[in-house]
Amino acid sequence: MIKTFPRGGIHPPEDKISAGSPIRELPLPKTVNIPAGQHLGAQADPLVKKGDKVKTGQLIAKSSGFVSANIHSSVTGTVAKVDLIMDSSGYRRMTISINSEKDEWLEGIDTSNTLRKNITAKKEEIIEKTREAGIVGLGGATFPTHIKLSVPKGKKAEVLIINGAECEPCLTSDHRLMLERGEELMVGIRLIMTALGVNKAVIGIENNKPDAISHLQSLIGDYPEIEVQPLTVKYPQGAEKQLIKAITGREVPSGKLPIEVGAVVHNAGTAFAVYEAVQKKKPLIERYVTVTGKNLSTPSNFLVRIGTPVAELIEAAGGLPEGTGKVVNGGPMMGKALNSLDVPVTKGTSGILVIPEEKSFRKPALNCIRCAKCVSICPMGLEPYLLRAASEHKKWDMVEAERGMDCMECGSCSYICPSGIPLLDFIRLGKSTVSKIIRSRKQ
Amino acid sequence: MSDIIINSIIIVSAMGLAAALILFLVAKKFHVVEDPRIEQVEEELPAANCGGCGYPGCRAFAEALVKSEDISDLNCPVSSSADMEKIASILGKELGQQDPLVAVVGCAGTPDHRPKTNVYDGARSCTIESSLYTGESGCPYGCLGFGECVEACNFDAIHMNPETNLPEVNDDNCTACNACVVACPRDIIELRKKNKKDRKIYVSCINREKGAVARKNCKVACIGCGKCVKVCPYEAITLENNLAYIDAKKCRLCRKCAPECPTNAILEVNFPAKKKKEATAG
Repeated sequence: MIKTFPRGGIHPPEDKISAGSPIRELPLPKTVNIPAGQHLGAQADPLVKKGDKVKTGQLIAKSSGFVSANIHSSVTGTVAKVDLIMDSSGYRRMTISINSEKDEWLEGIDTSNTLRKNITAKKEEIIEKTREAGIVGLGGATFPTHIKLSVPKGKKAEVLIINGAECEPCLTSDHRLMLERGEELMVGIRLIMTALGVNKAVIGIENNKPDAISHLQSLIGDYPEIEVQPLTVKYPQGAEKQLIKAITGREVPSGKLPIEVGAVVHNAGTAFAVYEAVQKKKPLIERYVTVTGKNLSTPSNFLVRIGTPVAELIEAAGGLPEGTGKVVNGGPMMGKALNSLDVPVTKGTSGILVIPEEKSFRKPALNCIRCAKCVSICPMGLEPYLLRAASEHKKWDMVEAERGMDCMECGSCSYICPSGIPLLDFIRLGKSTVSKIIRSRKQ
Repeated sequence: MSDIIINSIIIVSAMGLAAALILFLVAKKFHVVEDPRIEQVEEELPAANCGGCGYPGCRAFAEALVKSEDISDLNCPVSSSADMEKIASILGKELGQQDPLVAVVGCAGTPDHRPKTNVYDGARSCTIESSLYTGESGCPYGCLGFGECVEACNFDAIHMNPETNLPEVNDDNCTACNACVVACPRDIIELRKKNKKDRKIYVSCINREKGAVARKNCKVACIGCGKCVKVCPYEAITLENNLAYIDAKKCRLCRKCAPECPTNAILEVNFPAKKKKEATAG
């Protein structure tokens, strides 16, 4: 049976043109710029200084708090500088820049492709190795994974949900990962299940990826505790709360975490990274990235070292086509336009989108005509037009009362609005202000 | 029939009297004695409710004036000094010495100085644009030009200049209420000491990036070279994080610093034109 979440959602053109292109390894970049803050939470503390020699996989910045993650070198070479370098928003952030010389991995890391199916690690060991490897949620939210692996006291996880929905249009890196590294993914899922202490896992995949669904279904013979669940193609199917609702039928209460209903969601890419960290001792220094666009000569899926400049990815996919208006980091719905092509690929980069000029700009915003399309498609059941008005007029108490904090910024409202009103921009402003107010209230 | 009417009238009147008595007793018992001076002081205040004094509205400020022993730290930026004297005489308290202030915009990056490197087509709001990225010019500190400061002003004292796309303060209208300072997401606007004839010398840049980087984005950026610091005879200029800052309290308006600045980031406003040194300045 094909499942989906009941409330709201949209169906933008899928445009998954890179789905058929197998993952290619990108050649080693000459220089990598590795930001110290690639995850949600506190920025890591750099451990290296200019002139230091580092090896691939070596720890170069240490997690600096509870919600933080380790950062490892993705190449072998010399540290060129540890300085403030422009990130994708144009602001300067602490970044470690390394000149790459060769690819000599730190001792003990298994770089071969042999499958290690045998799980010997215990619960604590899995969590500790995940923490050491600096693994964060690879779906894009970049929340440190080891925190999600340790179930809080008094709570019980019942089911692990693996997010293979890849509901963002255009992106195909999770699709290729499930097709090409299916066995490893299964072992990764088992590792996460051991860490959480659950005996059931469901992989949710949208049914526009029939090859991935049938491939994983052929593998689950050896893994009876894992189930593959086809899902309707609907955005935002891959959002945590929507995926839980679709698969288990349970609704996460407002302001609460999924563990409240006994569910834990991890991205397929994260499960693969956990496999590599535990079974191969490999830290998170590379990830799968889709590089796509209608005018690009070869839309591709790459295995990319963290810190590689975006320009090199586009070069490898056939070069920047003429008349490009915008390059987006992430999917077309939630991604952010890049300020410069020199910015690096980080742990949260799932795709690079090259958009032609004629499609790059928004329509000028007109007045709200009260059609309530935004209300009918909001997957969280909010009233985006109202939140936007409240935000615009600085009625922060109203944003809070109308559950603005439940918004997950999927962008469906801005997408559907016939007047082209940038609803999400205003809701985001409301959210950030309200979260500041809530924080000051707690002090 | 008439019994019913008479009874009703008696019952309702009795209930009314009983309720009136209760209300009267409660009002007596819980009577709040309010200082009549609060009313008096409030009448002298401008009723702009701008919050420039730091209190939520004129009423709250009037209460604070009446209740505090020492009012030397309290000041209404909107009232004239004569009005404040009057309030002090009502209360019989000593006023503090307050320098009049005026809002000053710390960015001079016109489109000529700061060419656009990209196009922003999101929501027309400085706060939103600033939260998303550095802005169209690439300067992470510069003015974004949607005029949230203009919207915040209650006194019609700040306007966007369509040519420079920067806000300009009308010194006569500005009451230094601080509303524009709070509204600006980039903290570009500063309240500075008001001088005679509205003269001012200030660094019209708040970019704290290294000189070369700042200069790349904007021709009139402060590059932190420190020439002005050396030339200032009154130690009014400090250099911190690649940015020079002129302390308006120490500055004596000698005008030695402005010609030294290699990027013309130090602005002189409302001064008579210099005769000799004009040539060396350019």
